[in-house]
Amino acid sequence: MLYRAHVLVCNGTNCSLKASPEIQKEFSRLLPEYGLDKEVKVVETGCFGLCEYGPTVVVFPDGTFYSGVKVSDVREIVSEHLYKGRVVKRLLYQVPPAAKPVQVYPEVDYFRHQVRVVLRNCGFIDPESIEEYIARGGYQALGKALTAMTPAQVVEEIKASGLRGRGGAGFPTGLKWQFAARADGSGPKYVVCNADEGEPGTFKDRLILEGDPHAVLEGMALAGYAVGAHQGYVYIRGEYVLSIERLERAIAQAREMGLLGKNILGSGFDFDVEIRLGAGAYVCGEETALFESLEGGRGEPRIKPPYPTDAGLFGRPTVINNVETLANVPVIIERGASWFRTLGTQKTPGTKVFTLTGDIVNAGLIEVPMGITLREIIYNIGGGIPNGRQFKLAQTGGTSGGVIPPELLDVPMDYDSLAAHGSALGSGALLIIDDSHCIVDVAKSFSFFFLHESCGKCTPCREGTLQLHRIMERISRGEATRTDLENMKALAQAMYVAPLCPLGQTAPLPLMSTFRWFESEYLAHVVGKTCPAGVCPVDGTAARAAAGCAAREV
Amino acid sequence: MKSLEDLARLREEVRERIKVREGAKAVRITVGMGTCGIAAGARDVMAALLDELAKRGLTDVTVTQTGCAGLCEYEPLVEVARPGQPKVTYSYVTPEKIRQIVAQHVVNGQIIGEWVLAAR
Repeated sequence: MLYRAHVLVCNGTNCSLKASPEIQKEFSRLLPEYGLDKEVKVVETGCFGLCEYGPTVVVFPDGTFYSGVKVSDVREIVSEHLYKGRVVKRLLYQVPPAAKPVQVYPEVDYFRHQVRVVLRNCGFIDPESIEEYIARGGYQALGKALTAMTPAQVVEEIKASGLRGRGGAGFPTGLKWQFAARADGSGPKYVVCNADEGEPGTFKDRLILEGDPHAVLEGMALAGYAVGAHQGYVYIRGEYVLSIERLERAIAQAREMGLLGKNILGSGFDFDVEIRLGAGAYVCGEETALFESLEGGRGEPRIKPPYPTDAGLFGRPTVINNVETLANVPVIIERGASWFRTLGTQKTPGTKVFTLTGDIVNAGLIEVPMGITLREIIYNIGGGIPNGRQFKLAQTGGTSGGVIPPELLDVPMDYDSLAAHGSALGSGALLIIDDSHCIVDVAKSFSFFFLHESCGKCTPCREGTLQLHRIMERISRGEATRTDLENMKALAQAMYVAPLCPLGQTAPLPLMSTFRWFESEYLAHVVGKTCPAGVCPVDGTAARAAAGCAAREV
Repeated sequence: MKSLEDLARLREEVRERIKVREGAKAVRITVGMGTCGIAAGARDVMAALLDELAKRGLTDVTVTQTGCAGLCEYEPLVEVARPGQPKVTYSYVTPEKIRQIVAQHVVNGQIIGEWVLAAR
C-alpha cells in the first residue's frame, strides 16, 4: 500500500519528556477511527532540533511543521488536516517575536540558515529502521570503500577532506587514521567511538545517536577498514538510555543484514561493534581514561606518549573518534573530499553541530557551516535573547572551552580563529548568557565543576582545582584581595602544563578567559566589594535573588 | 546481504517508502476534502486513487488534499498538475473515473476533456 502522507513525530529525548510517545500512540489510535490507517503512516524520528518548541510533528508531503503539540491536539490534526486537508493553523510554529505562523518545514528561519550534513537524517527517518537509512543512501559509502577503494585510499580521502575531530580538540582525523594504519599490525587494532559526551550543556552526540545511529556505525566500519581494525567499541554514558537502545537495535539490524560481522558485502572484511557503558565521570571523556574504564579499570588518565594510535585500548593501536566526527565519514566517502571542502572554511572544512542553550529564544540542536559568526547563530537561527536582555557572553564547548564576549560576535566560528582570540570552539555546546548574570558567579560554577570532577590521580589538578575554587569563592563573597588574583593567574600558568590530562589543563581556562574579557567586573568584587549584577553575596549576606526579583531592590 | 548489488537492490526497493518526504514530485494530485467533498464521496475517490497508484507502482506522484474550493456543487473535485501541461480540475469524480484519470492523464498525459471543469 502506498501511503499518501507521513506524520513524523519527534521522539528525541527532549520531545519524549514532553509526551511525544503518547502523541504517537494517539495518532496510531485515531487514524483507524477515521479510516486513514492505510493512507497515512506514523513515523517515529529522532530530534528535529527545535527542542524549545517541542513536541514537534511534521506532516509530509507538504512539510507542515507543528510545534508544541499536545496529546489533546492530535484529534484536530487527524480530523482537520489528515482527513479534510485543512492545516491546523493554531499549531503551526510561530516565529517569535513576530508571531507569524510558518507552515512549511524548510521555510522556518531556524532551519533556513542551517546546513545539514551530520544531521541529514535526524528528524527525517525512523532511526529504528535500517531500511530507511539505506533508502537515504546509507551503507553506500561502506560498499564503495570495500569494493572500489584500498584502505590507504580511504585514509587519503579523509585526509584530503580536512575533517578535524569534532570532540573539541580539532585534531585532523585523516592523520590520526594514518598513524593507526601504519602502527604495529602484529595483533588486533581497535576503533572506539567516544560517546561519553560529558561537557555540561552538550547533548549533540546523544541526539545524533538517537536520530541516526547507523551513520555512526557506518563511520566506525569505514575507520576499521581504513586502519585494519576488526572490532569497534562505542563507549557511551549509561544515562543515555534512548541512544543505547537505538544503537543496540541498529547493531542487531546491521548484523542481520550482513553490514556488520564477517565478510561484509562479500569483501572478506570483518568488523563488529559492541557497546560499553560509562558511569558518567567527566574524566572518562578523556581518551586514555576512557580506555582504562573500558578495560574495566578505574577511569584515570594515562601518561602520554604513547598515544592511542600506538598503544590505546588493551595496549593496541586504536583510533578513537567522537560521534559527530564518525557521522561525517560516510558522507565524505560517498560524496568525496572536494565536495566536503566546499563547506566551511579552508582550514576547517565542513559543518559543526551545536547545542544551543541558555538565554536564547530557540534553544535546540543546530548544524551550521564552520566559519559562521556567533552573531548569525544567535540572531538569525537562535531568534535572539529573550526578555529584552542584552547578550553578555557565550560559553563554547562546555566548561573546558572558552568564552566569547560581545567583542567577538563577528569572529568566524572555527578552531583557529577562535583560538587566535584566546577562545575555543569546543565540543559543541553554546551556552548563551545574558546580562542578568554575574561573571564571577558563572566562573565560580565552572571552578566548582572541575573541583568535583577531578579524578585525583595527579597533584596539580587535585590540589589546583581546589585552590582555584577557594579563590573564586572568596571573590564572590567580597573577601578576596589583589594578591588572590595574582595567585590565581600564577596557579593557572602552572596548571596549563602540569596536570596529566586535559581535565586539569583546561580547568583554569574558563576562569582566565572570563577574567580577560570581564576584568572590571572581577575588580568590582575584589576592590569595590560590589557585584554589579547583584548576584554575589559580596556584603556577606546570602545571595540576592537573580535579576528581576523584587528582593534585588531591597 | 552478500554483495554491493544486493545493497543497491534493497535501496531501490525501500526508497519508494520514504519518497513522500522528499519534496517535489513530477505529478501532484489534489483531492477536495471539504465537508462537501467528503459528503459527495471524496473519501472513496481517495481510496481508489491510492489503490490505483499502488497497483501501477507510480511513486513519482504527490497525493494531497485541500478544503472546500467554493464549488460544492461540482464535488468531488480533483486537480491534476502535470509538468508541461495546464493544471486541470475534474468535477463529479468517482472511484471509476479516478482510475481512468490515472491511466490516461497521469500516465499518458491525455487530458479527459469531457470531465474537465477548469484548466489553467
